[in-house]
Amino acid sequence: MKMIVAYIRHEAFEPIRTELLELGFPSLTVTDVKGSGRQRGITERYRGAELTNYLRPKIKIECVVDDGDLAVIVDTILKHGRTGAVGDGKVFVLPVEEAYRVRTGESGVDILQAHPDSNGAFAK
Amino acid sequence: MLRTVLGRALPAGLLALIILPAAAFGQSEALDVNTAVPKAIDELNTVWILVATMLVFFMQAGFALLEIGFSRAKNAGMGIAKILVNFSIASLAWWAVGFAIAFGGGGWLVGDSGFLFQFGRDVAGEAATGGTAAFFIFQFMFAAVSLAIVWGTSLERMKFAAYLPFAIVFSAVIYPLIAHWGFGGGLFAEIGSGVQDFAGSSVVHLTGATAALAALLLLGPRRGKYGPDGSPRAIPGHNMPLFGLGVLILWLGWFGFNGGSTLGTADNRFAEVVAVTNLGAAGGVIGAMVMTRVLQKTLDIGMIGNGAIAGLVAITAPSGYVEFWAAPIIGVVGGVIVVAGVLFFERMRLDDPVGALSAHGLAGIWGTLACGLFTSERLAEAVGVGEPGLFYGGGFQQLGVQAAAVALTFAAVFALSMVTLLAIKATIGLRVPEADEDAGLDISEHGMYGYPEQFIPTAELEGYGYANVPRSLDHIAPGAYAAREEVHTA
Repeated sequence: MKMIVAYIRHEAFEPIRTELLELGFPSLTVTDVKGSGRQRGITERYRGAELTNYLRPKIKIECVVDDGDLAVIVDTILKHGRTGAVGDGKVFVLPVEEAYRVRTGESGVDILQAHPDSNGAFAK
Repeated sequence: MLRTVLGRALPAGLLALIILPAAAFGQSEALDVNTAVPKAIDELNTVWILVATMLVFFMQAGFALLEIGFSRAKNAGMGIAKILVNFSIASLAWWAVGFAIAFGGGGWLVGDSGFLFQFGRDVAGEAATGGTAAFFIFQFMFAAVSLAIVWGTSLERMKFAAYLPFAIVFSAVIYPLIAHWGFGGGLFAEIGSGVQDFAGSSVVHLTGATAALAALLLLGPRRGKYGPDGSPRAIPGHNMPLFGLGVLILWLGWFGFNGGSTLGTADNRFAEVVAVTNLGAAGGVIGAMVMTRVLQKTLDIGMIGNGAIAGLVAITAPSGYVEFWAAPIIGVVGGVIVVAGVLFFERMRLDDPVGALSAHGLAGIWGTLACGLFTSERLAEAVGVGEPGLFYGGGFQQLGVQAAAVALTFAAVFALSMVTLLAIKATIGLRVPEADEDAGLDISEHGMYGYPEQFIPTAELEGYGYANVPRSLDHIAPGAYAAREEVHTA
């Protein structure tokens, strides 16, 4: 099991989300975050005085998948997240020890994502 | 008892107060009732016109709040700059050119006197007085309202620079032309026995909405308004309370808008008009409330607010021509039309963030036509324009006249606005780049946010007890950042 943590532009989220749904990966968590990297800041000019703002808003996506599904998720994020300009973001992959479903107490890789062949309820 | 005594004593006392100083400044002659009373009545008329002027001015605040409430937070500040600058440009254009074209006498097409309006100068064959100045500023507020309506459809994506040339052309030529036809004794007075448009359902509101349609057709929808499959999506405004306050301010301003169009206090007609106006607005709210419940299965706050505007727009033309009983009916129909219209334009892929096309356009058309149905004999005679409507035995005559006015207004304004906007599009451009639209017009066009705390992380907001961040990152990697020019700077 792997956790994917991706920091992306706001505009990239919707195509990524749409494709992941179509591929059968509905489970993810999204957070509005602010951070800095190589992307330049924004300078606000407030009635003559300046305020430069290096922390830029991004979307953080977290999702946990089976090792075999890792490549397809990462590829989807890379494909839709890339504009070619500084500030497109980063993707990190972390190992995950164990996973439990709160509702039933089940554990293991089976609880992670619904697969396309299990049911089609997630497709639009 | 006390009330009736006061009611009789007060007006007489006020009249005396007005007459006495006027007499005191006279050439030390004895008080002459024959000249003093008409003079006092004239001045009382001017007082009412100026009070109404100020109420109509306050509508600018209503438009600002309504539009800002319906915008996203990243576009909240620009509405203020837009309203202030447009109003100011229109002020000068109206003074220099617009007023003369609208009210400077002349033939059926345009007025020809009163350019660069000054005291004592000739306007339509008479030397301008203080009273003319009252009329000048009152009528300017209508031009400003019409211009504010134009930009309702353009929110969240239009270049600030594109507003300026259009504001000049619209308030110097386009609106004045229609105002000359409708209010200035031009074309509309010669159709049948005159077009009934008391305060401007067509002249002000349809004119603004028609130019707004032209702007919208050239601008296209906001980014993200329509999904890849073409289905419309909601882009919720950020502040419904601001929107609601805007609606209530507009409602207040409308008492001056319609009531002031009596241009005086004769026979207390203005009180009737204000009462009729309120009944129309109330009808609009109720009509929209029922309609949104039936069509959308919810009580949409924006739709109910739009219903108030639509009721007010619809009652604007008939406000001087209809009896009380007709006003709520006209308003209810306006409220029904606005809800259906908003849903219709949404489906037509016309992205109108505030519903200006429906509230001012469709309701304006309905209000103008409503005169042809509901105008009473008493009031057609009192105002001295047109015939009684269909329900007062006037047949379809007046309805046809009203329809002609709607068609002429739409055709003329659409053609002139389209040409002007196409010229602006070819030179300055109408729309901001996509990256600017995503970042919001506040930061990309104006360099500041409407709500800084919401967009700048607290850690970087100085004065909040947090450590200062470095002014430049170059000391970390000198020159490293210069090479990587960012496309996405906004």
